[in-house]
Order: sequence, then C-alpha cells, then structure tokens
Amino acid sequence: MREGWKMSVLSALFAVSFFSCRDDTEIFAPEEETVAPPEEPADIRGFYLLNEGNMGSNKSTLDYYDCETGIYHRNIYAEANPSVPKELGDVGNDIEIYGSKLYAVINCSNKVEVMEAASAKRLGQVDIPNCRYIRFHQGYAYVTSYAGPVELNPNYEQRGYVARVDTATFQVLDRCLVGFQPDELEIVGNKLYVANSGGYMFPNYESTVSVIDLPSFTETKRIEVARNLHRLCADRHGNLWVTSRGDYYTQPSRLYCVDTQSDALVDSLDVAVSNFYLDGDSLYLYSVEWSYISMSNVTTYGIVDVARGEIVSRNFITDGTDRKIKIPYGILVHPYTKEIYVTDAGNYVSPGTLYCFDPNGRQKWSVRTGDIPAHFVLVATPAGASRK
Amino acid sequence: MNGKPFVNKGLEAGLLLAVFASATAQSKLDSIQQINEVTVTARRHREIIAPQRLAGEQLKALSSFSVADAIRYFSGIQIKDYGGIGGLKTVDVRSMGTNHTGVFYDGIRLGNAQNGQIDLGKFSLDNIEEISLYNGQKSEIFQPAKDFGSAGSIYLRTRRPQFAPEETTHVQTFFRTGSFDLVNPSVLWEQKINDRVAASFNAEFIHSSGKYPFRYRKVLHEGTVAWDTTAVRHNGDIHSLRLEGGLNGVGTQGRWQAKVYFYDSEKGIPGAIVNNVWKRSQRQWDRNFFAQGGFRQQFSERYDLLVNAKYANDRMRYLNPDTTLMYLDNRFRQQEVYVSAAGKYAVLPNVDVSLSADYQWNTLDASLRDFVYPRRHTALVATATAFEWQGLKAQASLLATFVFENVTRIRHDPGESLPGGQTGTPDNKQEYTPAVFLSWQPFGTANTLSPLQVRAFYKRIFRMPTFNDLYYTDAGNIALHPEYTSQYNLGVHYEKPLGEGLVNHISFRTDAYYNEVTNKIIAVPKGNGQYRWMMMNIGYVEIRGIDLSGQVGWLLPGKIQVHTSLSYTFQQAQDFSDPTDNDPKAGGYGGQIAYIPWHNGSAIVNAMHDTWDLNYSFIYVGERYHNSSNIRENYERPWYTHDLTIGKTFRHRKLKCRLAAEVNNLFNQYYDVVQNYPMPGRNYKLILKIEI
Repeated sequence: MREGWKMSVLSALFAVSFFSCRDDTEIFAPEEETVAPPEEPADIRGFYLLNEGNMGSNKSTLDYYDCETGIYHRNIYAEANPSVPKELGDVGNDIEIYGSKLYAVINCSNKVEVMEAASAKRLGQVDIPNCRYIRFHQGYAYVTSYAGPVELNPNYEQRGYVARVDTATFQVLDRCLVGFQPDELEIVGNKLYVANSGGYMFPNYESTVSVIDLPSFTETKRIEVARNLHRLCADRHGNLWVTSRGDYYTQPSRLYCVDTQSDALVDSLDVAVSNFYLDGDSLYLYSVEWSYISMSNVTTYGIVDVARGEIVSRNFITDGTDRKIKIPYGILVHPYTKEIYVTDAGNYVSPGTLYCFDPNGRQKWSVRTGDIPAHFVLVATPAGASRK
Repeated sequence: MNGKPFVNKGLEAGLLLAVFASATAQSKLDSIQQINEVTVTARRHREIIAPQRLAGEQLKALSSFSVADAIRYFSGIQIKDYGGIGGLKTVDVRSMGTNHTGVFYDGIRLGNAQNGQIDLGKFSLDNIEEISLYNGQKSEIFQPAKDFGSAGSIYLRTRRPQFAPEETTHVQTFFRTGSFDLVNPSVLWEQKINDRVAASFNAEFIHSSGKYPFRYRKVLHEGTVAWDTTAVRHNGDIHSLRLEGGLNGVGTQGRWQAKVYFYDSEKGIPGAIVNNVWKRSQRQWDRNFFAQGGFRQQFSERYDLLVNAKYANDRMRYLNPDTTLMYLDNRFRQQEVYVSAAGKYAVLPNVDVSLSADYQWNTLDASLRDFVYPRRHTALVATATAFEWQGLKAQASLLATFVFENVTRIRHDPGESLPGGQTGTPDNKQEYTPAVFLSWQPFGTANTLSPLQVRAFYKRIFRMPTFNDLYYTDAGNIALHPEYTSQYNLGVHYEKPLGEGLVNHISFRTDAYYNEVTNKIIAVPKGNGQYRWMMMNIGYVEIRGIDLSGQVGWLLPGKIQVHTSLSYTFQQAQDFSDPTDNDPKAGGYGGQIAYIPWHNGSAIVNAMHDTWDLNYSFIYVGERYHNSSNIRENYERPWYTHDLTIGKTFRHRKLKCRLAAEVNNLFNQYYDVVQNYPMPGRNYKLILKIEI
C-alpha cells in the first residue's frame, strides 16, 4: 500500500513539476505595420476599422490607420483598456464618432461601447440588446435594436425600436417602436429614417422605411420600398438612398431612392447593393450575392451619381484586385485624397484584409486586419467631426 | 420508478426477440457461463490489429463520468467538450473530423443522420464493460457491412450478466453525488431466467444544476494582472433518465441478444461566454429510443452467420427563448430502421471469406420552414477475405454503398419556387471503398508467436453529407458529395506477460500514419452578412501523426498491484483548402486545423491493495489554435488536469460495497477546450456502490 502511494505521489509530483508552469495569457499589444510613407498632417488624421468577429467568438476588434505616419495599428482595444474583461465583445456592427467620443455598436454583446475618439479609451457603455446601428442628432444618439417587446398573436413576433440615448450620461431616455428587425438609420432635418428588414420573419420580410418625427420621437409614417431593407444614406439633394437585401429567392437586392420632402419612393436602380459609401455625389457601392448557378458568391462594384440617379461606373477597382477579394465587406472613400478603402472578409473565420486603392482604382497597399473587417469611421483633426 | 417501465420494456424486448430467437430454438442446452465468451466461432482471424481498450478494473477505477471522459486516455483522439455534465462531448479520431467516427453500442452503430454527431457525454459508464477504439475498422471480416463504413470506430460493450453456480439474481446500485449539485442514482438488476437466458435491466437518473465557478484572467506584459474575473457557469443543468433492458442467450453454437434503450433529458445549453453576456437561456430536450437485437450462429465447421436489426426513434427540441436573439423553437424527429446479415465461410483452413449485406432507412422531420423531409435508403454490401500463414495475417475488404434519397418539396408561397441548387432530389450515390490490413509476427514459430507484431493498414472511406448539410434551411446544399478519408498506417505492437516478477505484464504500441480528408464539407459565407452560410465540398486536410502508448503491470512487494499506462500523440493536421489564403504570417493555407494540438498525452497509475484502490490520471493537451490561421488571436493555451480517486471495498452484512471519493482537476486549472466555453475547475464526487 505504502509503495503504491509513493508511486502515485511521485508520478503526480513529476507531472506537476513538469507541466505546472502554465503561462498566463497576456493582453494583446497592438501590432503595427507601416503600409504607406508618412504624409503631411491634414484634416483627416486617420480612421478606425471595426472588425465584427464571427458570432460567439468574442473577437470583435478595433484597428486604427494613422494617415500621417502611414502605420496600421491592429487590435488596439485591449491595450487601451487593459482592465476590461473579455475585451470589446462579440460582433461589432457599427462605429461612429460624435463630438470627442467614439461609439462602437457591439451587436451580440448587447451594448454600445463608448470610448474617447482620440485614444479609444473606454468611457462607459450603453446596454441595448441586439443593437444594430447608430446615428446622432443634437446631443442624442439614436440606436436601432431588434429586441423590442414580444407579441404572441398567435405567432411569436418581436418589434424593433430606436433608442434615444443621452450622449452625456449614456442613459437610454426613450424608445420608439418601429418595424421588425430595424437596421440602418439616417437623420435628415428633424426626421429620422429607419430601414426595417424583418430579417427574423422569413419569408414575410418587412418592406418599409419608418419615418420618425424627432421632436415628438414618434413614428409618423411608413414608406413602402421593397423587401428586407438594410442600408440608408442621405445625399445633399434631399434624397435618401435605400438598399434592399431581397428575399434571396425571387427578388434580388436593389437600390431605391426616397424623396425626403414628400417621403415617397421616387426611383429605383437595377443594381444589387450590399454596402455603399457616399462621397460628394458619388455613391460607391458593391454587392455580394450567392449564385445557385455557379454555386459561388458573385461580387459586383459600381458608382452611382446621386445627382443624376445613374450608374456611372461598373467597377472602381481597375487593376484586377477585385478578383482577389473574396467577400468585400466594408467600404470608405477618403474625402480629400479620394483613395478608396475596401475590406475583404475572406472566409469569415480567418483574418481579413484591408485594401487601399488610388482614385484610379489601382491598389496602393493592403494590410491584414482582424476577423471580418467591416465598419469604418474617419477621424478628423481635431477629433470632432463625424464622417457625414 | 423501476417496476413498471421494466415490465413494458421487457415486453417490447420479448416481442423483438421472438423474431431472432426462433432460429436458435433448436440448439442444445449449454451453460450460461459461456456468455462472456466474445465469440463462439473460431478465434483465428479476429482483430489482426488489436484495438486500444479500456475494460474491467481499469475502466472502473478511472474517475470518469461518461464514456467521453474515459476515451480521453486513448492516443490519437481529441474530445471536443463544451463543458460540464450536460455539455456536448464528441470525439474526433486522428483529426479526420467527428463525423467520421462510428460509435457502436453492443455491436450496432449509433446513428444520427441529422448532424452525424454522437454525444458521448450521454453514455454513462454505469453499465459499460469495455470501450475499444479501432483505427480504420475492426480488423475482423465477420461483421456487419456498416462496421466497414467509418474511418475510426469506438465500440461500447455493455455488461453481460454472469452468474456463479446457484446464483440467479444480481443487483448493483450506484449513488453518485458531489460538485455541480449532482444527484445520480442508478440500479442494475440481472436475472438468470434459465440456463440459457439471462435478463438485465438498468435505470439511471442524473440531476445536476451544472453550476460551477470559472475564471478568466489576463495579465499585462510585465506580469501584473490586467483583469481577473470569476463567475458561475449558468444554464448547464441537466435532468435525464436512462432505461435499458436486455436479454442475452446462448445456444450450442451461437448466442443472441436483444435490448431496448430509452433516454430522456432536458438540459440547458450554457453557450459561449462573451463580453457583457455571462449567462444564456437556450434549452434542449432529447428523447432517444431504440430497440436492437441480433444473433450469431455457427452452422458448421465452415459456416457462420450473424444477423442484426435495429429500430431507433430520436426526438429533439431546441428552444431559444432569449429575446436578445432570434426566437427559435425547433423540433426534430429522426427514425432509423436497420437490418444486417453477415456470413463467413472457411474456404481453406487458413482462408476465410465473408459477405455482409445491410439495409438502412433514415428519415428526418423538422419544424423548419420549407423543410424537405428527407428519406434516405442505404444499402451496404461488404465482401472480405482473411488469410493467415504462419506469423502473417492479412485481410482485405471492399464495401459498396448505395444511397437513394427522396425529399418532399413544399412551396412557401404559391407561384414561388426555391432557387436552383435547392430544388429537385439529390443524385443517388454509389461508392466503392477498400481496406487492407496486414500484420506480421516476425520471430515466431508455428507454436509460439513472438510478442512483437508489425502491422499496417490502408483504408479509404467516406461519410455521407448529413441531413443538415444537405437540407438545413438556406445553408443546406443538395449538390454535396460525400467527404472522403484515406488512411495509411504502419506500426508495431509488443505485448508480453512476464509472470510473477516485479513487472508482470508489458505492452507497447506505436503507429505512424498519414491521412487525407478530401471533399471536406465546410460552411462558406453566402452573400453578405454573417447570418447566411452554405455547405460546400471545398476542404482538404493532410494529417501526419504518431500515436504511442504503453502499459506496464507491476506486482510490488506487499501484494500491491499497480497498473501504469502512458499515451502520447503527435499530430500535424494541415489545412490545404484554399491556396489563396497564403499570407506568410496569418494565412490558413498549411496551418494546423482548428483545435488539434500538436502534442497531447495521458498517464494513468492505478494501484490496488487488498480492499483499497487508488487511481491517478493525468491528461495533457498542448497548444492549439481555434482556426487554421495560426496567429496569436487564435491561440489556445495548453491545458492539463490531474484526477485522483481513492476507493475502498467492504462488506456490510450480505452487501458488497465500495465507497470512492474523487477529486478531479486537482490543481484547479481553469481552461477552455472550446473557445469561450469554460471548463470546471477542481470538483469532487462521492460514489457508493452496493451489490447484492
């Protein structure tokens, strides 16, 4: 008996001494890569890129590109906020700057993370379940959420809402119910427009844009557009550009135009849109749609002139790099240099790539990002103005 | 709780038995003692490559709650464990993927046509007598065609009743309690009906809150704590009931068995721990039923027959009531009917041939929109031959698989049809897959075989796309092809009983292998946005590995019996799916695939003296990445746990008792097997076993 004990204890001690020095996990220091030569200081200092990270992975990360130094800083949140457990969170869905603050909407962490725009240091968070997109107006943040009240009549249905958030106290002050699964929102004058998707309601998608009167914070109108709406963007001519995802069956994704004076649908363009970015009158857009014929994703790029309401270009990438991009997922145009930034989300579970193109569509550089690089926000000098 | 279900299950078993028993009704009386003979037929060609095996005292002494816990000690396998008593636990043999592992329960394969995964956490060790792991297949030619049909096979054998003379009843009860608010009683009742037939009945109830503390922490570069969070794992509760009834019988030249199995559980799905979400609310209900039986009979010196049949009915309900996510309440029902006949004929004294034919029918009903209600007919025919000459043994087999599938299309809107690629019926499939097994005992003579055996095998096999792969709403791809594996293995096995010395038994085995997984089915993004995926045959993985294991039996002074065993696995499992994903630092091309460590191993020391037993076991899983892109963000740290069990057997009046105490994860290491699924730290268990 004693021998047996001794053996076991000895083996255990051996194993412990051999294996017990397990390293602690260090927080990630940002990785820095010089991707472009330094430039003279200008009005735009750089931009943040929010990586979504695959659902459940808790790998939403924040990258920063510094235009002045030409250095790309990858995964900066943990070092800026070393004391935050489980870092930025799960599935970043939108990012904006308002005033001196940076807001990241972290969809599956049910929160909007509020940081200093200059340093990405955390200031606090706003708890909003299943939050999607954010915009600002007169000291308030407006955030869309899928997670409104549940109704059983007789099917399970859950309305979405827009939360009004005080940007000084990070408190939700009010909620305005809209349609099912509201996605992007846009503010024009005193009106807030919300693209309702109905994404959980397949095949009975939503097809309307909600119009909310901001002073009273009530929904005043629904504009019938098309099934499964996603993105909104207002131009300087009083038009609101709306994208639909389609129903993935018979109705394809398309681009629509709503007149914000009459709040009526006035035009539609036969172009599929997954995402877009408006620079001046040029609406840069791309689309990724699954083809059941080729059994692969088909991507297209284009530019719409919003003043004329016409497609003026069928590709803004001219050097063939578009063939390397598997899933374009984010887009940004530099307001002064007109450089075009496009991200590639690849297979969604590996790191993505950020491409920079010159205004003629030739690749200047590319850099590795986090997983599913998706949402950009420009940082102005001094940190103050948002991208819009 | 026990009386009535037993009667019902007994009746069902009886009905089923009537079919199988008739063939053996004429056989002569024989002693029930022979039931523990694995086979009545000639042993000559059995298992030319012996499996890794855990059985008897060694298996009992391991502090394992489920089959999944015990399997961890084998070399060449990885367990994917989502944590806790109710957490999903699946096994991956030699990195080919969990869908390639066949799990056989008393000789008949457990099926899951829906997702191809068998949750080994569901199978208690209570009534399991032996667990064997075969790479490739069981290298025996006399078996159902389906046994030729997986890339790696795990055989679970339940306890067969054995009675001493004059003994007619056995009752064995267990009671386990401890951490996680575990309450786990079970009873096993074995009854000798007559000299040829014995019945057994087993019931087990598990209740656990599944609560345990877990801890995540990170440090700054200089070593000071950045953050350190301890929380309690919630929604990992499980409440399950398992009932099994069986009959075993022997004839002169054969034996038969039949069993019914019922499992009912409700459990929480604890989910991933992410920032700001420390608690989940998804629930799952499972209800599994199967009845199976079979007999084997030697009809002459030359001819043996084996017949098996099974019916299974599995229900599953998944509920997501979390209002911050999409509401889901899905119900699934699978049915399986399986019949098999295998015959073996001795052509020459040293040459056997066999022919097996199986038929299987699978259906899946699901409360999913636009679901297609697949019905799959599978016919399998295997022919095999075994040859033996002095120390050389060889087997070759060819499996032909024919799959016919029907679906029912429902249009969700008048006039609207599904897009191309999701219409029609899948192509019928015909696959022919060979296997060759060789072993050679080089220094033996005709009478004494040498302790050293050199063995090799080649096998090509596939797995069918699961019903989920093919038909799951939106993500399913009806055009999928089977996913193939090819395995090449070369190894040696040395085994020698040494008699009465200090070391009384020694065995050692090592294998080097190369595997390829082609046409691997993986999900790719579909369109734009994370919520849509498509299953595609685009993966390609190459696996190079070495398995090592050794056992030494000791007899120490003072009649202390010690059994030590060690295992080690090296695996390089590289993802060669996408040549364009070739960034020198972060590219997934050539990277180690998700969750496969380069190094892992285990050690067991088991000591017995008089009425005491002590078991120490150690598991080590080396560094891994949770993605083929082997960068720091995807890094998963090594983990290792030490488990200790001490037990004492004693008599209390007429009762034979054993009381055991377990400490698992002795050094309280907090670790994840799967990213964001924390595992329990140190935990305890107390086990009382009473035999009548």
